[in-house]
Amino acid sequence: MEQTAAYSNTRSGDAGLDLSRLLPALILLFLTVVGLIAGFLFLRDSTLPHVVIAVLAIIWGVGGVGALFYTLNWTVEALPIKWTTRIQPFIFVGPALILLIWFLAAPVVRTLIDSLFNSDGTQFVGFQNFLDVFTKRINVEAWRNNLLWLFLGTSLIVGLGLIIAVLADRSRFERIAKSLIFLPMAISMVGAGVIWKFVFDVNPNIGMINAGVTSSGGQAQDWLRLVQPWNNLFLIIVMVWLQTGFAMVLLSAAIKGISEELLEAARLDGANEFIIFFRVIIPNIAGTLITVTTTTVIFTLKIFDIIWVMTGGQFGTEVIGVRFYREMFTTGNQGLASAIAIVLFLAVIPVMIYNLRQFSQRETF
Amino acid sequence: MKVTKRGATLLVNGTLLLICVLWTVPTVGLFISSFRDRNDIQHSGWWTVFPHIAQVQTGQLPIPTGQSVDQPITLQGVTKTFQEWKAGVKMPDGSTLIWQGTIRVGQLVKFEQQLTANANFTLLNYQEVTAGQDVTIRDTNGGSTVVKGENLVSAFVNSLTVTIPATVIPILIAAFAAYGFAWMRFPGRRILFILVVAMLVVPLQIALVPVLQDYVKLQLNGTFLGIWLAHAAFGLPLATYLLYNYISTLPREILESAFIDGASHFTIFQRLIMPLSVPALASFAIFQFLWVWNDYLVALIFIGIGNRDNEVLTMRIADLVGSRGQDWHLLTAAAFVSMIVPLAVFFGLQRYFVRGLMAGSVKG
Repeated sequence: MEQTAAYSNTRSGDAGLDLSRLLPALILLFLTVVGLIAGFLFLRDSTLPHVVIAVLAIIWGVGGVGALFYTLNWTVEALPIKWTTRIQPFIFVGPALILLIWFLAAPVVRTLIDSLFNSDGTQFVGFQNFLDVFTKRINVEAWRNNLLWLFLGTSLIVGLGLIIAVLADRSRFERIAKSLIFLPMAISMVGAGVIWKFVFDVNPNIGMINAGVTSSGGQAQDWLRLVQPWNNLFLIIVMVWLQTGFAMVLLSAAIKGISEELLEAARLDGANEFIIFFRVIIPNIAGTLITVTTTTVIFTLKIFDIIWVMTGGQFGTEVIGVRFYREMFTTGNQGLASAIAIVLFLAVIPVMIYNLRQFSQRETF
Repeated sequence: MKVTKRGATLLVNGTLLLICVLWTVPTVGLFISSFRDRNDIQHSGWWTVFPHIAQVQTGQLPIPTGQSVDQPITLQGVTKTFQEWKAGVKMPDGSTLIWQGTIRVGQLVKFEQQLTANANFTLLNYQEVTAGQDVTIRDTNGGSTVVKGENLVSAFVNSLTVTIPATVIPILIAAFAAYGFAWMRFPGRRILFILVVAMLVVPLQIALVPVLQDYVKLQLNGTFLGIWLAHAAFGLPLATYLLYNYISTLPREILESAFIDGASHFTIFQRLIMPLSVPALASFAIFQFLWVWNDYLVALIFIGIGNRDNEVLTMRIADLVGSRGQDWHLLTAAAFVSMIVPLAVFFGLQRYFVRGLMAGSVKG
């Protein structure tokens, strides 16, 4: 990396410590830090109208980070050249590293330690919590449901995404169809929970499913609560509705990447559309299929919002994401909650590593 | 051959249409319901706002006097017992007459099969969910009730207050870091970069408990600063990774000539790298914006249940589902308020939106 050397040559004559440059910079840095702390205390205790606080908070937050970078950099550039070259990279990467270590790297270790202790962290219990994660009755139910989400949810999402991608590829209405299927990706899982609770409502004047059932002579059902264990399936439908658009867009792009000559040659050889689908299209998009599958697997493993909003994990719909929240914030069992988080982490690692490898080979922008 | 081809096209478009309808109907139903009167929602499906054939009350007639319960009664040329009239009788002209009330006091109500639509829309639901104070609601009988508004506007403002800095801050920090890793030389560069990328595999759940403990100690719990930092940190690995991929492939010559002209790293970053990286920055910005706007778990933990001053839309709505689960006139309107911003982003910036979600697919 020669550019650093090129850079140091251009700033000559300031080999020593130049206080007339450094002092103002240090004073400005000090003022910025004081201003940020004062701003924080003011915003925390302020009784101004909400909108005013919000605007001030945005200015303070965004401007604060910018100002901090700017003054830090100014201070470093006022140092002797040798020190500038040494310290400046850490001004650039430092904030990111500090945040990452505080919020992600250290918590892995801290959660691992917590998971070996009892509910309030006062007594070492070894692997007891991990045993509980897999043997406690409610956790067993959660894992069973998670497996259902994993297999059923993933295969529905990938399968439907593939079917829609292939169909859309042959239709004049491709763009509008893809937009409509992709639209739910914009909606929060909480919002989707409300939408589908509405669809499954017991009152046949509200819930579309029950309206259909009663108008064809059936009895209205409480689908999400009493129709066990099928209620899990109805919750999975919500995720399928949200995520299929994602699978479809990725697979559609992959299908468009298959060369026209290849398809034409297969057709000339007398292959029908089904043979083309299984012998030409599928092998050619295998990489993308795996990426979509693994991404969906990770997503389903951590599923929380949909179940939390629609059933709260009751009526036999527990999943491991909800178990984590309940153990931590309802039962107050920090050890068990940490153990669940660690198991989740271990389950995600291999899939994620595979995904990253694929990702780095794919064009992103 | 031609016929089968046309048949195939029809089959493809037909299936696609069916799937699209299935996909869209739930949202449309919610949208329509949010404009319907609270009583209408409970007593007729949202699909009845469209024209359809149904029994409609078309008139009322006075009951004939001096009739007896035990004798057949003749009305408009049809003779039936009182019990039959009470149950409703189909008249020769196709209408249905029903005797409501007793033999002495009551009325005859006439129903006819007619094309009808319950197209009776109102903005009251939106008024009720968005208002911060009491709202007076007039019902059809002229009476009025006062209800407490659900104050969604304040939650909306909070969502914006959380989302905007939680999008800008990680982009700024990640862009500096990506530049540092791509174009500066310092000891430990490789290992530190691997550390950043490795953080992609850490699920949120791991971080929540320890960070919450720190927040309680630092009194950051429930503050905007707290949730900005959390979202910024959780978005950083992906942002740094994506921006690094982009910035490191920018042509080397541009940077070298800038250095020879005497520009400092900071100037180059500000004047050259940031403008050149706009496509990458925009994609990540959209992903992060939607992610934070739609997030529930992080807000739930770091803002905290019951923190009405700072709570965001997703928390407010989840709370409504719990506390007013059967008040569909409120839930439908509230859900739509929360969708306005992401749907606007979707329709306004569709191409960037898709690209952003593709890029964000590996977020942990």
